[in-house]
Amino acid sequence: MERYEADTTLSYPCIAAAGKTGGWRDFKPVIDHANCIKCLRCWAYCPENAVKRAEDDSVSIDYDFCKGCGVCAHECPKKAIAMERED
Amino acid sequence: MTTMFDVGNKIAAKAVQLCRPEVIAAYPITPQTVIVEELARMVEAGELTAEYLRVESEHSVMAATCSAASMGVRTFTATSSQGLAFMHEMLHWASLSRLPIVMINVNRTLGPGWSIWVDDTDSMSQRDTGWIQLYCSSAQEIFDTVIQSFKLAEHRDVQLPVMINYSAFTISHTMMPAEVLSQEQVDSFLPPFKPYWRLDWRNPVTFGNVLSDEYHMEKRYTMQQGMERAKQLIPEIAREYEQRFGRFHGGLIEEYRADDAEYLLLAVSAVGSEAKVAVDNLRAMGYKVGLGRVRVVRPFPDEELRRLGKGRSLIALDRNISVGSGGIVYHETRSAVLGVAGCKVYGYLCGVGGRDVTYEDIEGMALKVIKGEMHPDVVGWWDLKTAGGN
Amino acid sequence: MAIKDLPREELMYSGAGSCPGCVDLLSLRMTLKALGPKTVLISPASCTASIATSYPKSPFGVPVLTMAFAAGGAAASGVVAALKQLGEDGVNVVVWAGDGGTYDIGLQSLSGAMERGTNFIFVCYNNEAYSNTGIQRSGATPFGAWTTTTWKGKVEQRKDMPGIMLAHRLPYVATASPSYVEDLFRKVQRAASIEGPKYLEYQIPCAPAWRFPMERTIEIGRLAVETGAWPLFEAVDGKVEFNLRSKQILEGKVQRKPIEEYLEPQGRFGHLFKPVRNETALDEIRRFLDAEWERYGKLAACGVAV
Repeated sequence: MERYEADTTLSYPCIAAAGKTGGWRDFKPVIDHANCIKCLRCWAYCPENAVKRAEDDSVSIDYDFCKGCGVCAHECPKKAIAMERED
Repeated sequence: MTTMFDVGNKIAAKAVQLCRPEVIAAYPITPQTVIVEELARMVEAGELTAEYLRVESEHSVMAATCSAASMGVRTFTATSSQGLAFMHEMLHWASLSRLPIVMINVNRTLGPGWSIWVDDTDSMSQRDTGWIQLYCSSAQEIFDTVIQSFKLAEHRDVQLPVMINYSAFTISHTMMPAEVLSQEQVDSFLPPFKPYWRLDWRNPVTFGNVLSDEYHMEKRYTMQQGMERAKQLIPEIAREYEQRFGRFHGGLIEEYRADDAEYLLLAVSAVGSEAKVAVDNLRAMGYKVGLGRVRVVRPFPDEELRRLGKGRSLIALDRNISVGSGGIVYHETRSAVLGVAGCKVYGYLCGVGGRDVTYEDIEGMALKVIKGEMHPDVVGWWDLKTAGGN
Repeated sequence: MAIKDLPREELMYSGAGSCPGCVDLLSLRMTLKALGPKTVLISPASCTASIATSYPKSPFGVPVLTMAFAAGGAAASGVVAALKQLGEDGVNVVVWAGDGGTYDIGLQSLSGAMERGTNFIFVCYNNEAYSNTGIQRSGATPFGAWTTTTWKGKVEQRKDMPGIMLAHRLPYVATASPSYVEDLFRKVQRAASIEGPKYLEYQIPCAPAWRFPMERTIEIGRLAVETGAWPLFEAVDGKVEFNLRSKQILEGKVQRKPIEEYLEPQGRFGHLFKPVRNETALDEIRRFLDAEWERYGKLAACGVAV
């Protein structure tokens, strides 16, 4: 990526710009894959891009960045995601 | 080279046209409007290939100008007085973004009550915004300065916006002759704009997000360094221009009959050019008076003033006021020359609010100082119609 | 367009600075999926400034021009003009403004950019308050809502910003919601395919500002549509068409759910229910909604905004 010479507020794209935001959460989502129907709602509704969609449309949580908001668990039509307290 | 004989604003527009600006965002305000009207006419007539944005306010003028400049194109705009004040936030934005915008500000009094006549408070009160500030006294100087300003702003060591100021009506609307360069001549002096940063979807940077205290001061430091460099580059570019095209209007300060002067008037724009007549008359009366016509207020020419101030009385003629302090050039000069042997700084407020300042007024102010009727610590108010004001 | 058909490419990188559950971030993620990388995003002061984190890093995979609060529309005009001069075709220019930067301080420059026919998309992501500065009221805040400058609840109804945009005679005006993500995606792509000034407004339920548990964010947005508090519609050249549940409501196929279902889960309306129900305020809310839906009916029936 080209870096510009000018000394002004130019910021460059990267993962973890605000750090590993997984450190923010109190509860973490745990997917019960046996009940998952791969509807991909959790993938669609995760604001953080922390629900990873595999080639076969199975999903997994990127715990480095999941902020634990619980939207995925709340929206899952099969209640296949549980929010578990973390320490 | 051809000669144009027109009002200052039209000659300014001609210079802008020759500099090939790519985006112009404009909003009318007396007495700069002629500039942007002429540029609109040129664009519509195909005499200038630029995108012209008829924005809906001056704040939007500077926002659109900064945004276009952020994409890596050359930009120009013009304003005055209330318009300049309205875009104040965005003036800071432009310099902190290190965008080489060139803008003409026609010096006009702020209100209320409404006044379209000249004083410099509008631009003087924006001197902290990080813009290079130049003051012109003739149509020819405006023409030459516009071209030099793009080169200055876009210089790698500067990368700061430039504000070119001149007096309402006395200069903006007075017809004067000016030698005008050809397009080829300007192209040979001013190469196409090469941006030092830009927004490009192929290279996606985020501009302007949060800047913590860990970094801010250093960014201001490099801005200051840009200004310091400008002190050298302004006369350098002017000399290069002189070599190529034969005209020079002075460096940071134009010295007129200053060499053996005991008293040196300091003034900008219309008062500056008028002061030359006063100097000639005072000399004829036997007084050793000269003029330091201040062409650059930012960066403030500290070193020049210290040199010029040695053993001399400097008389700052301020057509502006920072209420609660006094004349702006007076105060900045005082602080610049502190400790210089034999230097005294006197100050007058004159023509504030648009009252005319003739060579007779200037002679009168100078004579008061020469005759010992003024004290350096007390700023005089020339031609005040009510009691007080010294 | 089903959820599984949404593009896989992500243009927002993980590690953004938003609150957990923030659907400003979700909307950015989805909008950028719809637009693709050939996009310049203009970000006037708003919550998105927090999403953008701090120099020298950023989570955005498209170029972003941070802009002063009032100047979203003007910035778009400048960017579009520059792109024209540079001979660049087909680059999406999007202003991403909050309700403050749209309804209030940003209104002048938005109106100017629209009136000038600037070829861009103005997205108002509306969390119905100045959330980034700590939840002060805006012109978009609904009647009765608590904010830190309306402790007893806002006494004015919100502005009809989509209506104001319709009055600018734009080629495309639409409301959307991240709770209806396929519809949002479709509308963004539709806007991008039209030349001229386009306006999109998303309702952004905001857990800290509206005071509800963050996991219910998407649900609250759905309830907004189902109770009629937020209409989904789009207008091509002023011809208004309602969508999904809003359309069904207008056609009488489904009733609007009782407004309490939307209001009660939100702490910002808590004072309307506890310690006692404020029937006057609730009646006013219902009256306003009824009037709005009567108006929407006329809009839909006559076929063209007037």
